[in-house]
Amino acid sequence: MVSAATEVPSELTAELKTSDRRLSAVWVWRIVFLVVFLAAWQLAAGRLLDLFWTSSPIAIVETLWNWIVSGLLFRHLAVTFEETIIGFLIGTFLGIAAAFVVGQSELLREALDPFFTAIYGLPKIALAPLFIMWFGIGMLPKIVLAAVSVFFLVFFNTLSGVRQTDQAMVDALRLMGASRTDILKKVVLPSSLPWIFLGLKLGLPYGFVGAVAAEMMASNQGIGFLTQSSAGQFDTSGVFAALLALMIVTTALNEALSKLERWAFRWK
Amino acid sequence: MATSSPYLKQSSAKAASLITFSGVRKSFTVRGRTTDVIEQFDLGIRDGEFICVVGPSGSGKSTILNMVAGLLPPSKGVVSYDGQVVNSVNTAVSYLTQHDTLLPWRTVADNIALPLEIKRVPKAQRLQSVQAMIETVGLSGFAKHYPSQLSGGMRKRVMLARMLVQDPATILMDEPFGPLDAQLKLALQAELLRLWTVTHKTILFVTHDIVEAITLADRVVVFSARPSRVKFVENISIPRPRDVHEVRFLKGFEEHYRRLQDAIDINA
Repeated sequence: MVSAATEVPSELTAELKTSDRRLSAVWVWRIVFLVVFLAAWQLAAGRLLDLFWTSSPIAIVETLWNWIVSGLLFRHLAVTFEETIIGFLIGTFLGIAAAFVVGQSELLREALDPFFTAIYGLPKIALAPLFIMWFGIGMLPKIVLAAVSVFFLVFFNTLSGVRQTDQAMVDALRLMGASRTDILKKVVLPSSLPWIFLGLKLGLPYGFVGAVAAEMMASNQGIGFLTQSSAGQFDTSGVFAALLALMIVTTALNEALSKLERWAFRWK
Repeated sequence: MATSSPYLKQSSAKAASLITFSGVRKSFTVRGRTTDVIEQFDLGIRDGEFICVVGPSGSGKSTILNMVAGLLPPSKGVVSYDGQVVNSVNTAVSYLTQHDTLLPWRTVADNIALPLEIKRVPKAQRLQSVQAMIETVGLSGFAKHYPSQLSGGMRKRVMLARMLVQDPATILMDEPFGPLDAQLKLALQAELLRLWTVTHKTILFVTHDIVEAITLADRVVVFSARPSRVKFVENISIPRPRDVHEVRFLKGFEEHYRRLQDAIDINA
């Protein structure tokens, strides 16, 4: 938190330039790795590897392109996306709220701890059959599973943030005559924000896992369904295309979250 | 309000005391081991009086301030403020702690505005007070900076501004000018004396610096080493208004200095 001079000296700009150069070198290597990997796969496909099992990059892109043109990809992606985001938002909101409530009292925290830990330790996917049984094969069980997966990660991270709030800052506000709400809003929330973000970043992929896994078990739409139905038809290219699409979406969402995080912590 | 001139020779304060420590003891228990920090402390501080506390590290000087603020209860005895026993947070006092309690996610201006926000002061009035206070502590041009962009001395000044903007009846200060350079230290001492002369706040000021104590105080209280008790109380006879640059050359300064130096010497 220390450092950062008020004016920018010339050494700093020089340093920035060096780090720019390093960054472009990193990108060059990334592209090299990708190209080498794809070229090796393409060349091996049909020669060293059986096309039936491994497909080939060109065949995957072809499948993906057909799906894009027919609108199939977008339709399924939109479903998964919607389930994940709604579940993510619900899980996040409940996780933060629960952590703030439990964080108010050490007694409450200790009393509830074994229950939370027990449920947290359960693989969330194991809950999918239960939610499908309860909520059918529509979007609801996927949303619930995504929410549950996100909830615990956000809850535990936020709770440790709340508990690490600097007591001296809280005391300073109490002496100013601050109410409980003032302290929560002005100290506890902003100081737990880094932990909340950690929870969000960890939680987002698990939200996807929850939604996609539930789709694979019982569904007629979504990326999980697309993967499952392609696999059912032994369409290897289809399976890979669906996974690729999912990868692109999760990466984009993670990137958006990082952007939001950088904005929220511009004071650091 | 104390109308008697604070620089007249004082007898021990009795009924007129604003802050009273009677029979105060404090011990801390850490991992089953009890350490006596304060063995015995009795003192009355009159309304409008300027008291400096000096003594070796760990002799419980900050503990005294924490008790007046109501952040720490005495193990035995009573601390009272304005006739009331202090048993919870005392919002009549404003406390400049040694610990940095600025909120790192708020700019300088927003940090100084914090106590006014808590008191629900209208925004226009808030901005005006904050701007004036920024100038008083010499931080013009830094209003939009975050604490992490400031030096230790500047952060101290922001804390000072945040305290003064509350216009409290009583000020507690724990080595506030410790990390500042000599020039700035004198400037802020002068500013503090000026404010005190105008407003006649009661000030309880902890310092390591005997010269500072003589410059500022009506009475200097010397703590012994732990477990501490009041070893010595020196009434400062130097007339007011005092010029912080000149005090050390005035008649009587040397005697005060020698007596305090002897008292503070642990080997004596």
